[in-house]
Amino acid sequence: MKLTLKIWRQANASAAGAMHTYELDGVSTDMSFLEMLDLLNEQLVTSGEEPVAFDSDCREGICGMCSLMINGQAHGPEVTTTCQLHMRSFNDGDVITIEPWRASSFPVVKDLVVDRSAFDRIIQNGGYISANTGAAPEANSVPAPRDKAMRAFNVATCIGCGACVAACPNGSASLFLGAKITHLGELPQGQPERYSRVASMVAQHDHEGFGGCTNIGECAAACPKEIPLDVISQLNKDLRSAIKQGY
Amino acid sequence: MSPRVSCCAVATTELVKGVRTTRSTIALKLLMAISGIVFILFVLVHMYGNLKAFSGHDAYNEYAEHIRTVGTPILPRTGALWVLRVVLIVSLVAHVASAAALWKRANRARPVNYQVKRNLSSSLSSRTMRWGGLTLLVFIIWHLINFTIGKVNVSGGATNDPYNLLVDSFDTWWLTVIYLVAMLALGLHLHHGTFSSLQTLGYTNTASSRQRARVAGWVVAIVIAGGFSLVPLFTLFGVITK
Repeated sequence: MKLTLKIWRQANASAAGAMHTYELDGVSTDMSFLEMLDLLNEQLVTSGEEPVAFDSDCREGICGMCSLMINGQAHGPEVTTTCQLHMRSFNDGDVITIEPWRASSFPVVKDLVVDRSAFDRIIQNGGYISANTGAAPEANSVPAPRDKAMRAFNVATCIGCGACVAACPNGSASLFLGAKITHLGELPQGQPERYSRVASMVAQHDHEGFGGCTNIGECAAACPKEIPLDVISQLNKDLRSAIKQGY
Repeated sequence: MSPRVSCCAVATTELVKGVRTTRSTIALKLLMAISGIVFILFVLVHMYGNLKAFSGHDAYNEYAEHIRTVGTPILPRTGALWVLRVVLIVSLVAHVASAAALWKRANRARPVNYQVKRNLSSSLSSRTMRWGGLTLLVFIIWHLINFTIGKVNVSGGATNDPYNLLVDSFDTWWLTVIYLVAMLALGLHLHHGTFSSLQTLGYTNTASSRQRARVAGWVVAIVIAGGFSLVPLFTLFGVITK
């Protein structure tokens, strides 16, 4: 396959960036999207150019490190992470536009790499349960209703990649926030801190500069883990309860 | 640890202390949802009242007079109407002010736009809430000048008879077109607004309740925008006449 790649290049956080066009030949349909970028970078290094910086880690679709806005879709055209996207989803001669996540809360570090530590701080500010350390307690001593446990498990698949923020026209992190609130709020262990948690996490979300949600649903469509939109309803409901309780 | 970025962006490293839920973006959304529901209830009643035009001149004018005398003698004349007007004005201020704050915030959150951006699942109505809302605001100002505050008869006739003013207005084709376009904008706004308010209030926690909220959006939009459109259309086509 022969491709034309239009890629955002930015030397560092404070430099002005621009789109650069590259021609890439010899792409196999069996390559993953990131392997295709590796191929491009080998070509760039050979010709003495700076390789394109992008994030990746596990390349198994489970760590949430890879990102990339590919032809206007977060993680590209398939419902999966960029590392699990393969070149068979593209055609010979395609023009592929690759941009970083765009949000003021995710500043560009270099090229396609953005700083997502805003998500870490949201988790730091309440996205946990407090438990005494020591021997693991007996798992069956705190029963969890099956439907609640299943919902918690399903939304706990959120890997914090930031695709929801990237896809949202308001740059809102409500789907991420909703996934964490629902995950902890559905389980018995999450109850003692349920309302202080939602208050703190939403305050941190707003403080980081993420936008408000308009319930349009682009986030859920972009989510590689298919987190459903109803977690945002749960988030809103829990925050409403937190207001009533005076947080 | 991610590299510390010191640049143009607003990213911070400190955690928020002294949390105030009532100052959050979700509190603004709740304000929008509740004021929006006030408007939905109002336009539903307003639309139903307009259909009185099908009952003829006297019935319509009697209804117009009745909404000024309802509640008397406990309330003064137009007392109940003014209570409603105050509720609507307060709702309008809340709705527009929170929309403006959230719009400004959204622009700050995405300072650099994508070169290419595809919309995958969002409806046209959901993407036109802000400009559609502004369109409705302009329309509401004209509508009040037309029938309430100024009473403008575009065909030059009398303005002291509500039914005749209505017929004269909608016999003017271009004014009917303006009203129908406004009803399209209203229908779009209600289609997403109904669903969005239910989601913001936290009533769509399951796939089925979310689906029901979407259906509610369609029903509210079609009943209200469709119901409002009947009177101008039937006047233009000569069914409702003086």
